Amino acid sequence: MTVSGAGAAVSIEGLHKSFGDLQVLRGVDLEVADHEVICLIGASGSGKSTLLRCVNLIEPIDAGRIVVEGDEITAAGVEVNAIRRRIGIVFQSFNLFPHMSVLRNVTLAPVKVAGTPASRAEADARELLDRFGLADKAEEYPDRLSGGQQQRVAIVRALAMQPDIMLLDEVTSALDPELVAEVLDVIRELAGAGMTMLIATHEMGFARDIATRVCFLDDGVIAEQGPPEQLFGDPQQARTRQFLARIVAAGRM
Amino acid sequence: MTGGIPGAGSSPGVPGVDPEGPLPSGSNRSRILGGGDPGARNVWIAVASTAVFFGLAAVLIVSSPGWPEIKRTFFNGQVFAESFPKIVRQFGTNIFIFIVAEIFVLVVALFFAVLRSLPGPVFAPLRILAIGYTDVFRGIPTILVISLLGFGMPALQLQGLPKSEIFWAIVALVLVYSAYVAEVYRAGIESVHPSQTAAARSLGLSRMQSMRHVVLPQAVRRVIPPLLNDFIGLQKDSALVAFLGVIEGLQTANIISSAEFNYTPFVSLALVYLVITIPQTRFVDWLIARDRRRRQGGTVV
Repeated sequence: MTVSGAGAAVSIEGLHKSFGDLQVLRGVDLEVADHEVICLIGASGSGKSTLLRCVNLIEPIDAGRIVVEGDEITAAGVEVNAIRRRIGIVFQSFNLFPHMSVLRNVTLAPVKVAGTPASRAEADARELLDRFGLADKAEEYPDRLSGGQQQRVAIVRALAMQPDIMLLDEVTSALDPELVAEVLDVIRELAGAGMTMLIATHEMGFARDIATRVCFLDDGVIAEQGPPEQLFGDPQQARTRQFLARIVAAGRM
Repeated sequence: MTGGIPGAGSSPGVPGVDPEGPLPSGSNRSRILGGGDPGARNVWIAVASTAVFFGLAAVLIVSSPGWPEIKRTFFNGQVFAESFPKIVRQFGTNIFIFIVAEIFVLVVALFFAVLRSLPGPVFAPLRILAIGYTDVFRGIPTILVISLLGFGMPALQLQGLPKSEIFWAIVALVLVYSAYVAEVYRAGIESVHPSQTAAARSLGLSRMQSMRHVVLPQAVRRVIPPLLNDFIGLQKDSALVAFLGVIEGLQTANIISSAEFNYTPFVSLALVYLVITIPQTRFVDWLIARDRRRRQGGTVV
């Protein structure tokens, strides 16, 4: 089924989401073109994570629609598992499977969901691990890796399904400061390779550096968006300026 | 239900709350010896004080006025030598009963635990079925269920219905213990953080695939100690089959005891039970320690 919004990698229209009485998203509209890297910034609780979780269908939405590569994924009766295969998500807390080796973490979905033969999936996984400097960690268990290594494995695990788009949900927030860079480097490499990405982040320097577009979420809507140099250098909205001033005051930019 | 051996210290009482399990056996030595530094001197002090303590206790017991009578009644060497081999032979029936029962319990309990974990309003009847099952069979004394099925079913005289008391005793034990073990499994399933399911589902795994490959393997690992507790309970409850007139360990001990006017056969049977149960708790301690070592590297604290 093809609807308007075709051509865009992701098209979000009038997205509403509440948890009980708490309205988290109150009409979000966003178009993401192929190969675009969009950074979502905003205070904690502004709805960044919820937006990503809705795009991955982890959270059912209340109103609006989401179209991915021309298919409306929020329509009734869609095959949820098939859609999720095309959308990779990486979480703040890694969520690796602790009872499986790194290699099994990466090959689980390709083998069980995509039906890739195990030997083929393993070869692919080792190639990906190698690409992100994790070749020697393939047989390790997640608990034996550093936070940065775990998060890189989580990114590799999502990439193994060859998604059309990657959603990154504050992937460096749970890391010690000295481990942030190795994860950001991985994301930078993905951006360089043309991966379409939607990134919720508190790393303003990184957002300015990598994003093709930055969206400032406030009060459940996208209050302002634009190229990073404009949004960080010359924000139009008063609340964007306030938010950025607080970030600067906190020494985070 | 009786939960394992008091003082064996292998299993948390509440299922699933202690995913890390008991202390690894490596640290038991220094703990028992009562010091952080298990040097040679400490070892000798521990050995000496232990010898003195238990020596005194033994002397006190043996020199007490009723001791010869107690010894003759419970620890009669001749009766022991005569009864022990017979009891061990008949104990094979108990072993058969509890091994068959354990295999079925593992499967039936898992079935009910998964049933009860199904989300959504559509599955409400199945959840109610699972809850009702565990409520009923945890609420009835085991011996009552064994009597109901073991005496009742053969009495029905229905075509095709097995008449073997052992068959119905196994069915009864499976019904009762599956109710307990289902709760153990469920505690394990609920102890796996929802983010694990979210991660699995986000990769495209179906609900059942997430359960099968991500949730259950972690859940089962965490509940091995309470699971073993229930299995030891089941092994001990295999003695209840004697109530149906089946010749097994307890019945054999009973027969010999009546013939000899002596209770040593019961002590022999108790010994058999301890010989099979204590190694199992040690084995599980070892399993848990090994699993943790493998996941976290060589340093087990």
